[in-house]
Amino acid sequence: MTGKRIAIRLVVNGENVAADVAPRQHLADFLRETLGLTGTHIGCEHGVCGACGVRLEGLVVRSCLTLAVQADGARVETIEGVSDSGEIADLQSAFEARNALQCGYCTPGMLLSAQELLTLHPQPDRETIRDYLSGNYCRCTGYQAIVDAVEATAAARAGASR
Amino acid sequence: MKAAAFDYVRADSLGQALQLLAERGDGARLLAGGQSLVPALNLRLAAADLLVDISGLEGLRFIEPHGDGVRIGALTRHADIARSAWLVERCPLLGAAIAHVAHPAIRNRGTFGGSLAQADPAAELPACMLALDASIVAAGPSGERRIRAIDFFTGVYETALRPGEVLTSVEIANLNEQRRFGFAELARRRGDFAIAGLAVAGDARNGALSGLRLAFFGVADRPVLAPACAAALEGRAVTPTTLEAARAALDDDLDPAGDAHATGAMRKHLAGVLLERALAEALRSRGSA
Repeated sequence: MTGKRIAIRLVVNGENVAADVAPRQHLADFLRETLGLTGTHIGCEHGVCGACGVRLEGLVVRSCLTLAVQADGARVETIEGVSDSGEIADLQSAFEARNALQCGYCTPGMLLSAQELLTLHPQPDRETIRDYLSGNYCRCTGYQAIVDAVEATAAARAGASR
Repeated sequence: MKAAAFDYVRADSLGQALQLLAERGDGARLLAGGQSLVPALNLRLAAADLLVDISGLEGLRFIEPHGDGVRIGALTRHADIARSAWLVERCPLLGAAIAHVAHPAIRNRGTFGGSLAQADPAAELPACMLALDASIVAAGPSGERRIRAIDFFTGVYETALRPGEVLTSVEIANLNEQRRFGFAELARRRGDFAIAGLAVAGDARNGALSGLRLAFFGVADRPVLAPACAAALEGRAVTPTTLEAARAALDDDLDPAGDAHATGAMRKHLAGVLLERALAEALRSRGSA
């Protein structure tokens, strides 16, 4: 019999979690269905759309291309975690102010990717922003407003840190 | 879609992974970064009875000097390569290529060795290995062996790896002061697989390139060298005349097939466009020769 369930322990948004998972279950389904963290969205389920982005050990990854069992012992942060902590409150406000979302389906993944970019490159030009977000599909906005929001956040953070 | 059921073992050592592959045969698949295998499982284009997860084998995650070159462990993440200023300085070709390997979230998890073992004909890193004349190191039940890149990629998703072998590292020699590199590709969207691409390595002498290795990708069932084109450029200054002759020589080297993304004729045309761009980069890099 294949698919024997495996016990995992991980830290999700700062809380310890333990569960038995089927090896084939990916991390996105585990977060959504087992933990009820439905802010992580599932679009294509094969790594193309970027809606399922979460942080694993501090790095943004596709949770549809990561098995839940692979997250055993790891630290995971979802959009709920970074929203509650206030880490990206300014970025979220900029998205709202510039209409950088309409249906909102891509937004959790988009925000996590944008935050990673701003951490690595605090002053990105528009080309760099577009490159970094190339793996996150948005079918509503045409991206212009998203790039505007990320650019505005970068400028505001640079001003604030002066 | 969801993957069909499989068993899972997180390998604690390379020896354990080799043993599991030997015991379980074709039903066992290695899982490293999972950025090619997991989508294939999700789409049910691939199946496995057992996934042997080697991603935790930190001993296979390294970038280190090796003679006059470098050695890169198979489990080095794409993002590790981009972040290694030392490696990118030694081998600018990898720095240039890695920026085109999928998207940041994929690069955070996907592995160097995984991309080579996957052997997608439109992928960047296999072509770089060909341009660099790299040796691919494989461990098997009877020990280790080295396979030259030119012999490693044998077809669409096909390599010279034998059942039960694990790709463990790559050795790149000859990264001396004279080496010059160029990289260019065309894709619909940044990070997508290339419609056509080119990795170039050669030695700079008197403003020209010699010992040129031109490795095209996305134009055949595997990355391919273009020896006739390289011969037309050997030791010659790149001028409109030599470039035209080199482009014409591509007819002897490439016969790309058409698909939904581009016709064969378009790919051949793009190969000539990329040639000019990659050569310009090679002649520009590390100051003037």
